[in-house]
Amino acid sequence: MIPPSFDYVAPKTLSEAVAALGQHENAKILAGGQSLIPLMRFRLASPEVLIDLNRVEGLSYIDEKGGWLKIGSMTRESDIEHSELVSERYSLLADTAKVISDPIVRNMGTVGGNLANGDPGNDHPATMLAYGAEVVAVGPNGERVIPITSFFRGLYESDLAPNEILTEVRIPASKPRSGGAYLKLERKVGDFATAAVAAQVELDEQENFTSVGIGLTNVGLTAIKATEAEDFLKGKAASDENIRQAARLAAEAAQPIADVRGSEDYKRSLVKTYTTRALRMAVQRAKGG
Amino acid sequence: MSKHHINVTINGKAHEADVESRLLLVHFLRENLNMTGTHIGCDTTSCGACTVQLKGKPVKSCTVLAVQADGMEVKTVEGLAANGKLHPIQEGFHEKHGLQCGFCTPGMMMTTSAFLEQNSHPTEDEIRHAISGNLCRCTGYMNIVKAVQYAADKMAEKVEA
Repeated sequence: MIPPSFDYVAPKTLSEAVAALGQHENAKILAGGQSLIPLMRFRLASPEVLIDLNRVEGLSYIDEKGGWLKIGSMTRESDIEHSELVSERYSLLADTAKVISDPIVRNMGTVGGNLANGDPGNDHPATMLAYGAEVVAVGPNGERVIPITSFFRGLYESDLAPNEILTEVRIPASKPRSGGAYLKLERKVGDFATAAVAAQVELDEQENFTSVGIGLTNVGLTAIKATEAEDFLKGKAASDENIRQAARLAAEAAQPIADVRGSEDYKRSLVKTYTTRALRMAVQRAKGG
Repeated sequence: MSKHHINVTINGKAHEADVESRLLLVHFLRENLNMTGTHIGCDTTSCGACTVQLKGKPVKSCTVLAVQADGMEVKTVEGLAANGKLHPIQEGFHEKHGLQCGFCTPGMMMTTSAFLEQNSHPTEDEIRHAISGNLCRCTGYMNIVKAVQYAADKMAEKVEA
C-alpha cells in the first residue's frame, strides 16, 4: 500500500520546523512515523505536507536536572528502554518503554509521537498521567508548558495547537521512597493493550501513601487518570486492603468498550486486577525491594 | 508532488535517485534497485519481514520513507554474505533449519545481525525477546532460536580465535 502524494520537508532546526508548520495548511509532523505512516498507507490520514523532525538537532535527550527528568520529544523508545538512568530511577517509565509495540518499532517510535498522537491505546499517556508530567510545546509565539492532565482532549486529539510542536516531556525527578510499575495485557507482542495500568507512589517513613498516581490505558477515549482511587489512597497505609479498594475505584473509573480484545466487564475486571498488582509492585519498589 | 534527490549507501555501495516523498524504503529497495531480498509481508508494521538496518538499527522498511534514508547507511540481507561465503547467521539458519518457506527469514536475519552486535552471548530468553517483532508462520521459533544461538557461537569463536 502506497500513501497518497504529499510534500515533504526536513528542517534542520526547531524554528525552521515551526515556520514550516505555520506555512502549510493540512501539514503533519513526522516523528517516528510508526503510527502516522501506516495511517497514511490506509488513507486514514492524508496530510498535504509532512514536516520531518528526524533531522532537527537537539530533540533527543534524557537529562535529569532542575527537579525534572527531561526527555526530548524525538527520543526513541529504544533509547528510553536502554537508558541506565531510567532503569535505575524511573521504574514506571522503564516498564512502559519495554512493552511499547515491538523492539523494531521502538527503534523508530518516539515518546513525543506516542503522546501527541492522542491514541488511547498508546502506553506513555497513562504513564505520564501517573507521574504528573508536563509537556513542552513550541509555536510561533514561543514555548508553552502544558500539564499532562489537560493535554489529552479526546480521541486522537491533544491540546497542541495546529502550529505547535511538542518538544519535551518532563517527569518530576525521582524522590526517595518512591516507585512505580506499568502492567499491560496484550494479546501478542506489538498489539495495543487490552488494558494496562500505570502506578506511581511515594511513601512516608511510616509507609503511608504521600502521593499516588494511577493511569489507565485503552479503556476510554483517552488515557484515564483514576483520581478517585488516587485520592482514596493519599494519607492511608500501604496495606493490601487499601490497595484493593483503590483498584475497585480504578475499575469504576475505566470506560472500556467491547471489541475483539474483550467485553466491557472483562476489561473492567482486568483494570481491577492490574491496578492491584501495579500498586503492590510500586509499593515494593518504593520500599527499595 | 515533491521529488527529492537522495543519496543512500546500501550494503556499502552508494546509490543516488530521485524519489517521490511517498515512496517507502522497502519499495525503493525492491522496485527501484531490484533488491528483492527484503520482503513485504503484512504492510501494516506488524510482521517484520521487511526489516532492514538503518544506521545500524533494525527498522521496518515498510514504515520508513525512502527520503528519510537520505544520507544514511542501509544494510539489507544482500549485505550479509561476503566473498561468496554465507554469513554465520545465514549458516545458522541453514544448519538449524531456521526456515521453511523463508518469507520471514531476511527480516529475522537483519534483526539478528543488529542484536548480536549488542549481545554476543545471548540467552534463549534474550533471543526470543529480540526477535519478538518478527513473525514466522511456518517453521516456528524453536529452530530460529537455535539458528541465532549457532550464529552467536560461531561469531564468538571467530572473535576469540
